[in-house]
Amino acid sequence: MSEPFLIGDAMTGGYGTGADILHECTVSVDKGEVAVIVGPNGAGKSTAMKAVFGMLNLREGSVTLDGEDITALTPQARVAKGMAFVPQTNNIFTTMTVEENLEMGAFLRRDDIHATIDQIYDLFPILRDKRRQAAGELSGGQRQQVAFGRALMTQPTVLMLDEPTAGVSPIVMDELFDRIIEVARAGVTILMVEQNARQALEIADKGYVLVQGRNGYSGSGKDLLANPDVRKSFLGG
Amino acid sequence: MDFLNAFVALANYVLVPGIAYGAQLALGALGVTLIYGILRFSNFAHGDTMAFGAMVTILFTWWFQSMGINFGVLPTALLALPFGIAATSALLLGTDRLIYRFYRKQKAAPVILVIASMGVMFVMNGLVRFIIGPDNQRFADGERFIMRARDFKEMTGLSEGLAFKTSQGITIVTAVAVVAALFWFLNRTRTGKSMRAFSDNEDLALLSGINPERVVMVTWLIVAALATIAGTLYGLDKSFKPFTYFQLLLPIFASAIVGGLGSPLGAIVGGFVIAFSEVTVTYAFKKVVGYLGPEGWEPDTLVQLLSTDYKFAVSFAILIIVLLFRPTGLFAGKSV
Repeated sequence: MSEPFLIGDAMTGGYGTGADILHECTVSVDKGEVAVIVGPNGAGKSTAMKAVFGMLNLREGSVTLDGEDITALTPQARVAKGMAFVPQTNNIFTTMTVEENLEMGAFLRRDDIHATIDQIYDLFPILRDKRRQAAGELSGGQRQQVAFGRALMTQPTVLMLDEPTAGVSPIVMDELFDRIIEVARAGVTILMVEQNARQALEIADKGYVLVQGRNGYSGSGKDLLANPDVRKSFLGG
Repeated sequence: MDFLNAFVALANYVLVPGIAYGAQLALGALGVTLIYGILRFSNFAHGDTMAFGAMVTILFTWWFQSMGINFGVLPTALLALPFGIAATSALLLGTDRLIYRFYRKQKAAPVILVIASMGVMFVMNGLVRFIIGPDNQRFADGERFIMRARDFKEMTGLSEGLAFKTSQGITIVTAVAVVAALFWFLNRTRTGKSMRAFSDNEDLALLSGINPERVVMVTWLIVAALATIAGTLYGLDKSFKPFTYFQLLLPIFASAIVGGLGSPLGAIVGGFVIAFSEVTVTYAFKKVVGYLGPEGWEPDTLVQLLSTDYKFAVSFAILIIVLLFRPTGLFAGKSV
């Protein structure tokens, strides 16, 4: 089997000059697949994701995208390389309209973005109705869709989601997971961090359970769900 | 009872000067609010930036006048304005490169940037006085009035006159044009939207690939234009004296905060709120009351709430009331 599309290999590091949060943590995902990072609070799930996106200094380890070493690139440069990141909070421009949010997502693109905007509206029909409304006036689930859409505007090859379903109702959560699968089917590689471990692992091709900044368990989503240790420790039996 | 004369007197002394002064404050406050929104600090050097822009414009005006160039019935200063804007842009970009960028790279707290801007204020203040001197300068030329009080009386047969100065007319027309252009820029252009995005959520703007240094540069250029225009219009309407511009800082900040810091629409509304409060509170209503009251009821006093010497107390009082009861301002900007 060929090398995975995106690899964060043996990443060790923390924020600024502070203590290390990650210890030789490795995550990888194949093209068009969904990888999910789960684990208890404070395990460094979001930190691992940010490390892959270049938002903290790695002391050791490397990040490789499509065979190219991108460890030294800034997050902005990684956006230009086709990576997109949806932060957990503050992930929309609240004072701007839905459509302006999407336009800003495509800021680096110089070509016609209308077709992409239409695709986003097809993916999230509610956004088409609310296109002229300030994004800050939308509900939690709709905001998440705007954030999702903004990130997709660059037509990324890798989409990274930091707890996309935090604070939304179960119905909206199912809906969002469906959309995530839809995006992955279109060939976008997805790496995400999730609190709702069970549901996330159900849709995951690959799962990582982090424990105190280290790889605890890893395997396919199904394997992890079937693993008695993982079930006992992280999925509530 | 004479409503018409009362209204004309009120228009002459309160309405027209209030609109002109409000437009000047609004242009000044727009500059302050843009800096606050993008660079995230209160720029205390703004009043002196206005003075610098107006000074360069005046120097070019004098030069043009000496060469016999004029703008017909309009003030020559309007021709000199682009040169003033260019010089102020250079000054602001230079200041940013020398001072503010250093603190930005360090991710300094806003209060440090505020103090740095006070230092810049003193330097600019000194620079302006050094070049043009601390005295009053006159540079207005062209036709002084669009309508004289006497002509108005003859036209209408009223006993009260309504004067409309050219400088007031230019102030209002220019302010409307500048504000329209600014809003078009912020809401319709890619660069303008990227400025709003940066002001709204800096981290997400970076994630979207918006270049912060470019946003900052464009902001300084717009602020240079706004400050020069506001300073020149104020100088044409009243007179140019460096110290007055330093004093303008209070009503300008009051306008920006009353409207809601970071909100351009708020800055405009705030400018007019402050201007009309100041003019109304310091106006002697004796004449108006005389027209409106029954025969012989004319008061002996001036019916003036506050002497004009205390006009700054008005903006100060409004500022404090707003900060106490609605710290984010009328248009819900950022809390101070």
